[in-house]
Amino acid sequence: MSLLRIRNLSVDFATTGGSFRAVDQVDMDVGPGDVQAIVGESGSGKSVSMLATMGLLPWTATVTADEMTFDGHDLRRLTPRARRRIVGKDLAMIFQEPMSSLNPCFTVGFQVKEALRIHLGLGRADRNARALELFDQVGIPAPEKRLNAFPHQLSGGMNQRVMIAIAIACRPKLLIADEPTTALDVTIQAQILDLLLRLRDETGMALILITHDMGVVAETAQRVAVHYAGQKVEEQPVGPLFASPHHPYTAALLAALPERATERRLPAIPGVVPGQFDRPRGCLFSPRCRYADDKCRTVPPPPLGPDLGFARCHYPLNTDERLAS
Amino acid sequence: MTAPVAVASGLTRHYSVKEGLFSKPQTVRALSDLDFTLHPGKTLAVVGESGCGKSTLARLVTMIEPPTSGALELGGKPATPDRWADLRGAVQIVFQDPYGSLNPRQRIGQILSEPLKINRPDMKAADREARAREMLELVGLRPEHYDRYPHMFSGGQRQRIAIGRALMMNPAVLVLDEPVSALDVSIQSAILNLLLDLQEKLDLAYLFISHDLSVVRHIADDIIVMYLGRAIETGTKAQVFAHPMHPYAKALLSATPQADPGGKRNRIKLEGELPSPLADLPGCPFAPRCWKTQDKCRTDRPPLMGDTHRAACWFPE
Amino acid sequence: MDHALSEEVVEQVARPGRLREFWFYFRENRGAVFGLWVFAAFVFIAIFAPLIAPYDPAIQFRAHALQPPVWQEGGSWQFVLGTDPLGRDMLSRLLNGARYSFYVGIVVVTVAASGGILIGLLAGFAPRWLDALIMRLMDIILAFPSLLLALVLVAILGPSLTNAMIAIAIVLQPHYVRLTRASVLGELGKDYVTSARVAGAGLWRLMFVTVLPNCLAPIIVQAALSFSTAILDAAALGFLGMGAQPPTPEWGTMLAEAREFILRAWWVVTLPGLAILVTVLAINLMGDGLRDAFDPKLKRS
Repeated sequence: MSLLRIRNLSVDFATTGGSFRAVDQVDMDVGPGDVQAIVGESGSGKSVSMLATMGLLPWTATVTADEMTFDGHDLRRLTPRARRRIVGKDLAMIFQEPMSSLNPCFTVGFQVKEALRIHLGLGRADRNARALELFDQVGIPAPEKRLNAFPHQLSGGMNQRVMIAIAIACRPKLLIADEPTTALDVTIQAQILDLLLRLRDETGMALILITHDMGVVAETAQRVAVHYAGQKVEEQPVGPLFASPHHPYTAALLAALPERATERRLPAIPGVVPGQFDRPRGCLFSPRCRYADDKCRTVPPPPLGPDLGFARCHYPLNTDERLAS
Repeated sequence: MTAPVAVASGLTRHYSVKEGLFSKPQTVRALSDLDFTLHPGKTLAVVGESGCGKSTLARLVTMIEPPTSGALELGGKPATPDRWADLRGAVQIVFQDPYGSLNPRQRIGQILSEPLKINRPDMKAADREARAREMLELVGLRPEHYDRYPHMFSGGQRQRIAIGRALMMNPAVLVLDEPVSALDVSIQSAILNLLLDLQEKLDLAYLFISHDLSVVRHIADDIIVMYLGRAIETGTKAQVFAHPMHPYAKALLSATPQADPGGKRNRIKLEGELPSPLADLPGCPFAPRCWKTQDKCRTDRPPLMGDTHRAACWFPE
Repeated sequence: MDHALSEEVVEQVARPGRLREFWFYFRENRGAVFGLWVFAAFVFIAIFAPLIAPYDPAIQFRAHALQPPVWQEGGSWQFVLGTDPLGRDMLSRLLNGARYSFYVGIVVVTVAASGGILIGLLAGFAPRWLDALIMRLMDIILAFPSLLLALVLVAILGPSLTNAMIAIAIVLQPHYVRLTRASVLGELGKDYVTSARVAGAGLWRLMFVTVLPNCLAPIIVQAALSFSTAILDAAALGFLGMGAQPPTPEWGTMLAEAREFILRAWWVVTLPGLAILVTVLAINLMGDGLRDAFDPKLKRS
């Protein structure tokens, strides 16, 4: 039984030039304790799909889905009041920029205790004790002192720890981390990723990691969904994804990584991600795909079966038939 | 080996900052005692985390600021502030964020030909345009892009324009300040290829500033690892990646995530964070976070030791 | 080549231009569009007033002094909006008054904006001590109630419309200085400015070619809003007898002249007042719309 179940999620934005589809027919299943990664480049709709799940999109967005359930609640039909009880408590999120996600006017301690007060209704002394415990849990040294610090007095890594402390304050069942380490240094990134995985082991929460960094994915995730131009083009467990990608986009993305390069010139992907005004008719990757033919350019491919990583491709790579022929 | 195009010796830059109205001004040691030599056709990568002095180095080498002490030589001539105007053409820079580095109110043609307009006022407008159009092709853009504004381009295309602008004056040195960090992976590889092509074609020397070790490993010839404004390890790419001598370099390498889910490695976990840049530790700057620290590390600052592969550590690996 | 060309055409059709995008956001704000139309009418009247107005604004029809507007008892179609105490046609005077208001607005905004932008640019680029000096000077000007300062200046220079405009321009200038300096400081940190520096751009080039064009959006909004302030202040000065002098058909001066008749003949006071109100309101609405359209923070993504 999955914790978060999404079927056929689409998000459209109203813009100057008409409607723009940011997320296109995305399915998703996350079970308790899973570490699911969503990778994609900018404009792939990876953040938007999660913001839609949280109900945090602006009014210009239209969210449609066949199914969107979290822990037995139908997220599509929640009243704002009921949503507020779930979001921030059972379903928490952290963002890329820890500096701007915290309110600069209040001490970090106040912000942690605020979450405890609103969702758990703890008393003053209990709140303080729990805040100290949380700071300790996320590895903030000298928590008594740090509770009274303002965000600008702490480093980026410390602020991200505070954000994580707020997010896990109510023992969420699912934590969505949107590029949690992109703004941080490499050594701090390693600390934060370790922390997230440790917290998952300790509390049994599920983790959705949104990132563009294949290295981070390879070292932390169990399952990986690859997004391109709003669609989920492939989903596989992390090992098989890196070893035998089925969608040409995944394959090209992996080949373009400098560390997997075999020669001095990297295999680049020509062209750019399609935007609002040049969305292809068939497969969205077809203009940049080296295998594309007329069918790809005219007929949008449906997702294939689980054995082929749900790849949206007419001619998936690394299939047994292809090897045989 | 050919003559170096840029030589820095003892490059140092301090800033004095005042916290409050009445407090004494304090000194931020953004860059201390940096030496390096740049050869044509070679890439020197400067690696380090935020606050290590990478950006200050870029500002000194591109002659936006004078060093507090130390000397920079470009093409054999000392780059002192009174000579800056003559040396402008020799060093150019490409920035990290392609969205901020192009003037939004200028057309691509103007952006490209501006350096010529400033430095070669006697050049005919038609010649400038011809050169700009030539450059457009060289960096892989189409001729019709000449009359467009930056906002009509994607990040990768903008970075091509920024590179083209930097090359308009035929510089010998190109400072690349995290040139691909803001780009998507699929775009990043194309820009790296372009940089390699240009280096071969024009015999450029690159000062490649980056925090991304996998990119550095791909593009660099030599590497300087910096920490808190000081070089703590220098050597060729092979030396530094195969046998990092300084504990920080070792930790940095081990902390870089690798796109290989099978290969689990021993990650060295660094405790703590960067000390304040205001503090002037008497010993090794890395001592507070190092797992091998001994008393000597806290009291005596280690110099760079070794012949080609050098590290500033009393107890190198 | 063919392929490239066809692609070109598609791109041009599909991607909305800057102006169209601007209009899209401007149109969102109904009040702004209304303000724009009223302002357009105002400009039209200001330009063609002598052709539209039925009479010369200075001709006195002594036999028809204080005749009410046409819809009131005693009014006639000869003087649609009635006449003032000296028998001058109100409509003609109001239409011609638009000329003066428009003139005041244009001149004041031009003088204040160009001076303010120059000083602001200077402050943004200047070393710290000069910057501080300029800004404290501006703070001092801002510390005076603006109308009072304008009054003092006019008292020194002598009452006339030109001097009133100079005074108002000086009073409005610090707003431009602050605004320009703030945008300049914001732009200075951006990479394209550093890039221009590395390319060897001199101070003048940096100021006027590189930075200034990127600071203009908030200044344009401020210009629109201070256009209305200028009209209002000029009218106020005129009302106090320190601006345009009679018999100039300036709205504020008209108000002042007719003050004693306020109880007997409402139209001599109300109509110029309404003219000021509608014009200022329209320009302010338009300015708000401009700000919405320029400010990316308020844009929906």
